[in-house]
Amino acid sequence: MSLLQEFNQRALALGVPLSVHMDVTYRCNERCIHCYLDHDDHGEMTTAEIKRTLDQLAEAGTFILTFSGGEVFVRRDFLELVAYARSLMFAVKIKTNAVMIKDAEARRLRELGVDQVQVSLYSHRPEVHDGITKLPGSFRRTLNGIRLLRTHGVKVAIANVLMANNQDDYQSIRNFAEELGTSYYVDPTITPMMNGDRGVLALRIKGEQLPAIFHDPSLIPDVDKFCAPPPPPTEDELDGFPCSAGHTSAYISPYGDVYPCVQFPLKCGSVREADFLDIWRDSPQFHEVRNIRARDLSTCSSCSHVGTCSRCPGLAFFEGDMRGPSTADCEKSFYRTGIPSANMKRLAAAGAAVRSSHSLVQIRAAG
Amino acid sequence: MAETYIARGKAVAARALGGEMMIMSVADSTVFALDEVATILWKSADGVTPLETIVRDHVCAAYEVSPETAIRDAEDFCRELSGSGILLTSDRPIAGAAR
Repeated sequence: MSLLQEFNQRALALGVPLSVHMDVTYRCNERCIHCYLDHDDHGEMTTAEIKRTLDQLAEAGTFILTFSGGEVFVRRDFLELVAYARSLMFAVKIKTNAVMIKDAEARRLRELGVDQVQVSLYSHRPEVHDGITKLPGSFRRTLNGIRLLRTHGVKVAIANVLMANNQDDYQSIRNFAEELGTSYYVDPTITPMMNGDRGVLALRIKGEQLPAIFHDPSLIPDVDKFCAPPPPPTEDELDGFPCSAGHTSAYISPYGDVYPCVQFPLKCGSVREADFLDIWRDSPQFHEVRNIRARDLSTCSSCSHVGTCSRCPGLAFFEGDMRGPSTADCEKSFYRTGIPSANMKRLAAAGAAVRSSHSLVQIRAAG
Repeated sequence: MAETYIARGKAVAARALGGEMMIMSVADSTVFALDEVATILWKSADGVTPLETIVRDHVCAAYEVSPETAIRDAEDFCRELSGSGILLTSDRPIAGAAR
C-alpha cells in the first residue's frame, strides 16, 4: 500500500474529505459534443466566496484540490485562485483544454507549484479534435499549451475521452503523450447531461468494441489479471464502500453547491448557506451515501462482479437508484471479463434489450 | 559552531491528518509522512529561528529526550528532507520563508 493510500485509509476512518473537486465555472470556450454541462453562467461564486470556501476546505483537512470547469481560464481571477490555494498548501491539480495557456500562464503555474495539469486531447488529427470541440484551431492551440507547460517543467497528463468519433485514435494520442513527456489516460466515459438529458450517450463507443481496449497490453499492465473472471467477493468487499464519493471526496459546483462527486448529482448543501465542514458532517444526503455498503445493493450484492466492478453510485443514481446497478458499469464488467452481470441476466430474463453502452473507466497507460 | 536555520520549501503541499503531516513534493509527487516530532520541526521551520532553539523549546520541552540526541535526530531529519526540496537549510536566516 502506498503512503497516499495509507492516508486515504486514515482519512476514511477519521471522516476527512481528503480530495475535493471544485468547478470554478461552467463557462467554456469550447462546445464539446459530448459535454454534460450547461455553459451559461447562473451565478458563479465570486473570488471572495471561493477563497472563503478554500479556507474551509483547508480547515476540513482537504489535501488534494482539483480545479476544473467549464474552462478554468475563462475566469480572469483563476491564477489568483490557484495562488491562494497554494498559499493554503493544497496539492493543486487543474483540468483545462489549455487553449488559453500562453507562456505567461505556463510560467506562473510552474512558479505556483501546481502538482499536475490535465489537458483534454481527442485526436492526433486536427479535424477530428476540432470537430469534437467545435472550436476551429483548438487542436493547434491545445498542443501549443501542452508544449509550453512542459517547457516550463509542469507535469501534464493528457486525458483522452474516447467516443465513436475518435475511437481509433488512442494509440496515436498515446504516442503524442510519450513525445511530449506527459502521462496519458484513456477514458471511454460519456455521462448524461447534468439536466438528465441522455442524448449525448449516443456518442458512446459500442460495447462490442470495448474488449479490444480492455485487452490492449499497451494500456493495461496486466491484461490477464484485469480481464480474469471475478473471484468470489470477500466479506471485506461486501462490507466495503462503492467508491470514495462522500467518504473521502466531494465536489463543489461554481454556484457553491456541494455533491458527493461531479458524477453524482445529489445535492448535499451549499457553501453559500453553510460552512463546508457542517455540510460534510451533517448533511442527511452525505449520511445516506455513507451508509451504503456493497452488501446493501439491490441487485449488485448478489452479482459475481460485486468485488471487482467499478460500479458508479452516481451513474446508478442517474438511473434512478443509488443502491441499484449502473447498467453502463455492468456492461463494462461484462466486456472486460466475458461474464454477464446479475443485472444483465435480470434484464435479459425480463426480456429487456440491454443497451450497448458503457461507462466510467479510467485506464492509466503502462508506460 | 554555526547555527542552522530551516524553512519549508515552496514547491510542496502539506496537510495535517490524525497527528501526522502529509507532505508532497510537487516536483515529483513524492509523498512523505511526518510523525509528531517531525511535524513540530516542520511547523516551526520559519527560516529565522535556529534549529537548536526549535528543538530546545518545542521538542525537549514536550518529550523526555536529551538535547544532544534531539539535535542529532533533528539534523538527520533536516538532511533527509532538504535532499527532496521539502525543507531548506542554511547557516544564516532564510529570507522570505513562510512563517
